[in-house]
Amino acid sequence: MEHKGKVTLMQGNEACAEGAIAAGVRFFAGYPITPSNEIANVMARRLPQVGGKFIQMEDEIGSLAAAIGAALTGAKAMDATSGPGFSLKMENLGLACMIEVPLVLINVQRVGPSIGMATSPAQADVMQSRYGSHGDYATIVLSPSSVQEMFDLTVRAVDLSERFRVPAILLADQVIGHMRQNVRLPAYEDVKTAYRREPDVPPEQFHPYRGDAKGVPPMAKFGTPYHWYANSSAHNEDSFQATSDFVVSKALIERLTNKIEKNRQEIVEVRGEFLDDADIVVLAYGCTAIAARGAVLRAREGGIKAGYLRPLVLWPFPEAEVKAVSGKAKAIIVPEMNMGQYVHPVREAACGGKAEVFSLGRPGEVFSSSEILQKIMEVKSVV
Amino acid sequence: MSKNASSSLLVDKYFYTHQFPTMWCPGCGNGTVAMATVRGIDRLGLDIDKVIHVAGIGCSSVAHWYTTFTALQSAHGRALPSATGIKLANPELTVVVTMGDGDCIAIGGNHLIHACRRNIDLTAVVYNNFNYGMTGGQVGPTTPLESLTSTTLYGNIEPPVDICKVAEAAGATYVARGAIYYIKELIDLIEKGVRHKGFSLIEVMTPCPTVFGKRNALGSAAHMWKAQKEFTIPVKKARDLTPDQLKGKWPRGVLVDKDLPEFTEEYAKLMARAQKGRAGK
Ligand SMILES: Cc1ncc(C[n+]2csc(CCOP(=O)(O)OP(=O)(O)O)c2C)c(N)n1
Ligand code: SF4
Repeated sequence: MEHKGKVTLMQGNEACAEGAIAAGVRFFAGYPITPSNEIANVMARRLPQVGGKFIQMEDEIGSLAAAIGAALTGAKAMDATSGPGFSLKMENLGLACMIEVPLVLINVQRVGPSIGMATSPAQADVMQSRYGSHGDYATIVLSPSSVQEMFDLTVRAVDLSERFRVPAILLADQVIGHMRQNVRLPAYEDVKTAYRREPDVPPEQFHPYRGDAKGVPPMAKFGTPYHWYANSSAHNEDSFQATSDFVVSKALIERLTNKIEKNRQEIVEVRGEFLDDADIVVLAYGCTAIAARGAVLRAREGGIKAGYLRPLVLWPFPEAEVKAVSGKAKAIIVPEMNMGQYVHPVREAACGGKAEVFSLGRPGEVFSSSEILQKIMEVKSVV
Repeated sequence: MSKNASSSLLVDKYFYTHQFPTMWCPGCGNGTVAMATVRGIDRLGLDIDKVIHVAGIGCSSVAHWYTTFTALQSAHGRALPSATGIKLANPELTVVVTMGDGDCIAIGGNHLIHACRRNIDLTAVVYNNFNYGMTGGQVGPTTPLESLTSTTLYGNIEPPVDICKVAEAAGATYVARGAIYYIKELIDLIEKGVRHKGFSLIEVMTPCPTVFGKRNALGSAAHMWKAQKEFTIPVKKARDLTPDQLKGKWPRGVLVDKDLPEFTEEYAKLMARAQKGRAGK
C-alpha cells in the first residue's frame, strides 16, 4: 500500500474510500450521484488493484442488492449514494437488516426533498437513516465531522457492521465529503476490523438465526457446507418461513432491534468539551459541529459557560450521554441543517432533567459560528 | 446422480421434506418447474455446496422454501442484482435464479435487461403463468390481450411482452423456452442453461389454474396442462411457419445459444491489468 502511516492532503470522499480499502472492503457496487461520486471513482480504481470487485449497477436498488449478495459470500461490501439514491436504498436496507447482512452504506447528504440541490449540503436524512425503511429494525449510523473522520468512521462502520451483522450507515454531508484536509493515514496492515463470527459447530448443528448473548447470530459464507437460507420473510432460528407465527416473528423483530439498542454502550461514541460546568450545551454533528465548536469557544471567551457535545454515532441514540448533560446544564441547543430532526430524540432524552432543549434547525447555507453564538446569547437571556 | 435418478432419491437429496406440503395449489405447474430445475442441476454433478439459489417474491419464487440449496430470498424484482453480487464476489459459485413473470419483467425488468447485457454467468428460470398468482391474479406484463384478471375486469388492453425476445435483444447468450407438459425437454433446457457460460434465461410456461385459469374459463388443471400442446410448438417447426400461422403459438426449445465474453471472466482480466499497471509504475 502506498499510504504508509503518513499525512496526506485528501478530500473527504477520497478518505472514505481509502478507509474502506484499509478496513478490508473488497466489494463496491454503486450508481453515480452527486455529491458522492468520488467515492465510487476511487473504488473503481483501487479495488481491482487489491483483488476486489467494483461494479456500477443499473440503479441504486440494484447496487445495494449487489452489495448484499457479495456480503453473503463473505466479502466486506460497501455502497455509496446521496439523497434521491438514499431513498431508493430503503427497500434493500430493510432487507439487509432482516437477513442480517453486514455492509456499509455511505450517504453524502445533499439538499432535498426529491432532486433538491445536488451540490449543496444538508443534514435532513437523519430520521430517514434510522426509520426510512418499513417495519421495525435498527441500524447503526455514524456522522463524520472532518476528513480524518471520513477515514476513521468508515473503518469503524465496517467494524461495527461485522460485529453486529447489520448494515452501518456513514451519514456524511456535502461539506465533509468535498472538503480537503490533512489526514493521518495509518499503515493499512495495522488497521484492524472485526469479521463476522462464523459458525464453530458442524453444519447440522448450525442455526443461522439463533442469536448469541448479544443477539447476533453466527454467519456462514454462501458456498460452504453450511447450507442456509437468507430469508426476507419472517423466519425462525433455522430460517424457515414463519409468516403466520406471531410468537416467532415477534422474537425475531425484538432481536433485530435489541441487538443494536441493548448493546448501545459498545456502539455509541460522543465527544464533549467544557461539559463540567456548562450552563448551555450545544449538541451538534456532521459539518455543523465545526461551527458549533467555534461558537462555544467564542462564548467561553466572552465569559459564558457554554459546552459542546458531539455524537459521532447518531443511532443508536446516545441516551445516557444526553441525560447526563440535561441533568446538569440549563439548556441544550441543537443546530442542524434541517427543519429540526435530531432535536426530537434529544428532547425526549433530556426530559426529566434540568435542561430545556432549543432547536436551531434550518435548511440552507452552512452554519457560521456567529449564527450559533447568537442563539447561545438568546438562550442565555431566557434560561 | 445418474441422468435419470429416481424421484425419491432426488427428493431425499434436495428437499426438506419436513417443510411439505408445499404452498402451491393442486394442479399448479410450479412444483414441476422446481423439480425440473433440481433435475437439471443434479445432472451436472456439481458440488451442491457451491450451488446458490436466489429468488424473488411470488408463487414461483418459493421453491427455495423446500430445497436444500443455500438460498437468498430477496425483495420482489431484486433477485438478479443480488445474484450479480454473489457471482461477481465469488465466480466459483453456480447461481440459479427463479422469478415469476411479474417479478422478472415488470418490477425487475430493468435488472433483467442489464443482467443480460453484462452476460454474467447466471441462470434465470422464469415461471410464466400469465398473471400475478400470489397477490390473487392481477394483470401482468405477459397477460394475453383481452384476458380477464382481477385488475382487468373488462379485458386486458395492454399487449403482452415476449420475455425471450427482450432477453435476446438485451444480450443474453442463452435463451430458451420450455413448457411443463414437455418435462424431459424442460430438464434438458435447464441443464444446458446452467452449463452455459454467460447469462442464460429459460422461460417456462406453467399454468395457474386457481386464479388465471378459473377467471378465464380455461378448464381443469389437467386441461390447462394439455393445452400447452396446442399453444407451443418446437422451435424447428416454428421456423417453417409464416407469421400468420405462428399467431398464438409459442416456439419451444433453444432460441439463442452463443459464445461471448462472460462478465466475471472479463473482470478477472481487468483485475490483472490493473495490478500489472501498478507493478509497472
Ligand atoms: C415491492 C413489492 N411490491 C409488491 C409486492 C406484492 N407482490 C408479491 S408477489 C407479487 C407478484 C407475483 O407475480 P409474479 O412475479 O408473476 O409471480 P407469481 O406469483 O405469479 O408466480 C406482488 C406484486 C411485494 N412483495 N413487494
Ligand atoms: S395461485 Fe396460481 S401460481 Fe399460485 S400456487 Fe396457486 S395455481 Fe400456482
